[in-house]
Amino acid sequence: MSFKFFKIIILTILVNLLFTSISFGFKLKKENWRPADTVNFVSKFYKENENCLKCHGQNIYEYRNEGQGINIRHIMSNEKIINRDAFYKSNHKTFKCTDCHSDEYLKFPHAGELRLDPIYGCLDCHGNDPKYEQFNFEEIEGEYQKSIHFQMEKDGFTCWKCHNPHYYKISIRNTENLKNTIAYDNSICLGCHSDYSKFQLLSDKEEINIIDKHDWLPNQNVHFKNVRCIECHTKTNDSILVAHQIMPKDSAVRHCNECHSQNSMLMASLYKFKSKEQRQDGFFNGVMLNESYVIGANRNEYLNTFSIIIFFFVVGIVGVHILFRFLNKVKPKKK
Amino acid sequence: MSHRLYLYPKWIRAWHVFNALLFIILIITGISMQYTDKETTSKFIIRFDRAVAAHNFTALLLTLNYIIFVAGNVLTKNGSHYRINWKTIWKDLLIQFKFYAYGMFKKEPHPFPVTETSKFNPLQRFVYVLAMFVGLPLLIISGLGLLFPEITIKGIFGVSGLILTDILHITVGFFLSVFMVIHIYTCTLGSKPLTLFKSMINGYHESDEH
Repeated sequence: MSFKFFKIIILTILVNLLFTSISFGFKLKKENWRPADTVNFVSKFYKENENCLKCHGQNIYEYRNEGQGINIRHIMSNEKIINRDAFYKSNHKTFKCTDCHSDEYLKFPHAGELRLDPIYGCLDCHGNDPKYEQFNFEEIEGEYQKSIHFQMEKDGFTCWKCHNPHYYKISIRNTENLKNTIAYDNSICLGCHSDYSKFQLLSDKEEINIIDKHDWLPNQNVHFKNVRCIECHTKTNDSILVAHQIMPKDSAVRHCNECHSQNSMLMASLYKFKSKEQRQDGFFNGVMLNESYVIGANRNEYLNTFSIIIFFFVVGIVGVHILFRFLNKVKPKKK
Repeated sequence: MSHRLYLYPKWIRAWHVFNALLFIILIITGISMQYTDKETTSKFIIRFDRAVAAHNFTALLLTLNYIIFVAGNVLTKNGSHYRINWKTIWKDLLIQFKFYAYGMFKKEPHPFPVTETSKFNPLQRFVYVLAMFVGLPLLIISGLGLLFPEITIKGIFGVSGLILTDILHITVGFFLSVFMVIHIYTCTLGSKPLTLFKSMINGYHESDEH
């Protein structure tokens, strides 16, 4: 009886080991992560996700080789590390790892052929779904396929090259701090365009120095902080929320007045989501003034009118004075 | 009978002609930047980027020229012409204004004739002090704030410091432009319409009065 009970216990432990990704005599360690106090969101899958993140959540992972009876530590490859806090702030924070990755990954060591599994693209989840209709993912895909990124590297480029599925978060539509959003969005571009080793994964071109390439841009630093790369490097499209057609460098905006004008293109891109909050104090494109100031785009219609009135008033006075001089043929009397 | 007074030494004439040329360039490039639009085939008067570059460069030259002007007035007696008599200023302004408004049409004599110690009438002196020692410094400081936006105060009561700086810049720039229009016109009020322009070329003030 007691032997039978003992067998049931052993069997239960073995099954448990199998289904909690502990198999082949290896036992994974580190299970002490809990959501940080600063993170308001707590995923209902965070415990399940820990089965993956206890290894993929840090630089070192450790397992026990039961066959040899020793604990072994390895360095986790950088690109395989997932920052938990960043993931749980991302758009996909509600997911569990196996929503996108195969259940087979629950086994350790992972089977080598899993690397060859196809990876989901945006449209696999977001395409043709009425829930996402307003975002028009199909049009985004169309624009993306016309973009220079896709055209130059059809095999290597995917949505994920810019939108890291583990960390990506959309913020331009409801940002409370536009400067941070601009910095975040630009960091997506700079991820490759300022990191040659990543750039080389997709291109054989020589290294590009972003600072030197934009040497022509006046107040370069101010521009980089106040507009996104895509303002100048994409073709705007009214049917999608954010332009995705990255243009060849020769087609990038180089005329200052595209932005520095009354009908500034920034209103159709960077300030697209804020244009309804237009300020009413006479400034053209006044919504920009909450964040920055754009010469030419932010002139004030009241000041314009006022200055024209004053100017013509002065010219009028001068004209009247000239008229009187002409009529009187003025010449001051001698004392 | 006319008489000649040497009132404008070479450095003043050189400063004045540079100041005028630079200011005209600044007005044209400034208006060009302010009123540029996409539809106007990428430029209003001058292409935006060229207008910005020209405006910045010219403004730096104007600033250097202004430093020369201030130094010249500190180091020479010319500064005395900009000293306002605050006790009589309002009365004197009124007298001069009345002369321009109707006295000169009645062929009255100049109430404040030009002399070696007083080359400006009270109205000129007041307006020149306002333009050169209030307007131009404000224009230069606000211009530097726009040229180096990183040094400009970020905001006051939720309003961008840059727009306040720019509004100050274009407002002062506008009034100095209006001043220039009036200044050029009043320069035709010499004994002959071109007499005062000649003065700024040869240095001699010519007048029919003693």
